[in-house]
Amino acid sequence: MSDFTPNIKAFCCHYTSQQTCAEGTEGLKQDGFPESVSLFRVPCTGKIQVSALLQAFEDGADAVYVVGCPVDSCHNVKGSQRAAKRVVAVKQALSELDVEAERIEMFHLERGFHPEFVAVAQEMDKKIKELGPSPLKGESA
Amino acid sequence: MIIAERKPVGEIVDMTRDHKKVLVLGCRGCVTVCSAGGEREVELLASLIRLGAKKEGRKIEVQEGTLVRQCDKEYVDSLDNWKGKYDAIVSMACGVGVNFIANLRPTTMVYPAVNTTFFGGSADQGVWTEQCAGCGNCVLHLTGGLCPVARCAKSLMNGPCGGSQNAKCEIHSEVDCIWQLIHDRLERLDRKEQMLEVAPIRDWRPAGHGGPRKTLRDDLSV
Repeated sequence: MSDFTPNIKAFCCHYTSQQTCAEGTEGLKQDGFPESVSLFRVPCTGKIQVSALLQAFEDGADAVYVVGCPVDSCHNVKGSQRAAKRVVAVKQALSELDVEAERIEMFHLERGFHPEFVAVAQEMDKKIKELGPSPLKGESA
Repeated sequence: MIIAERKPVGEIVDMTRDHKKVLVLGCRGCVTVCSAGGEREVELLASLIRLGAKKEGRKIEVQEGTLVRQCDKEYVDSLDNWKGKYDAIVSMACGVGVNFIANLRPTTMVYPAVNTTFFGGSADQGVWTEQCAGCGNCVLHLTGGLCPVARCAKSLMNGPCGGSQNAKCEIHSEVDCIWQLIHDRLERLDRKEQMLEVAPIRDWRPAGHGGPRKTLRDDLSV
């Protein structure tokens, strides 16, 4: 499994990813941001529907994660809380399909550049490398 | 409205295992309002059925559709729009919708995607509570508009039962004792003496205990 490169899709809100992304792809790479993670920036994570998270799995993701504002200080008040609930809904659906629920996660991070933004990407990369390819890709059936 | 909730995805994937083409069919009625089987839920379930099939290495075509209602023949007739595109329907309507499709499409397999739970209303965002049992013989004029059939765990007609504590039901401690609420409300309305009237033994046939019910309105049938 060591040569497995996961396909991880990360949905990040404008505020938590703004400064980090200002560094550009090269800057992120230098900071240690894993190449397995594709970033999708949205104005607010509260706008992400469950269908978009499921679509990411349908499109071949081995894992998906969402990065939004801290629970009590979302720029749009409750956006990141809504996102967190939707992530829980997808976790539930994955469990019902006998798929590891940790293939989707929610992270609440402060605005601006923080090493945590890179750290959560590395955490997901490590975890999914251990878990292996998503069973939802149908490759192991 | 009729409240429903989606069945576990695994259960629905099991139902559809023998089919190559399914139509996930929502309803714009009650199940849309209670977020169990409207257009948005159809999109989610279709995605989950595809993912479930892919996980098992099966191919499945999933069509998505939503009818204005699944409990009226004229709308069920519009299933012709998907003619030849499915060999089974997964209905996200309440049980009424599933029955209507089964009644009107004798050779089409139809599966329920939701559990139909009760008649209720939205008490808070994301919270629905039972308010009516559809018992066919309404007594709300005697109980201050609060239903002892649906909202008393024992459906007592002469409550309270004596087991409630601190105005909460002895069966479900988080539920208000409806007879306490009836008492308090009648008192506020200055009609507390209504509580002294003894309700007679009830005929439960109109509640469905006498078999399936039917309403006939001659003035509407031409």
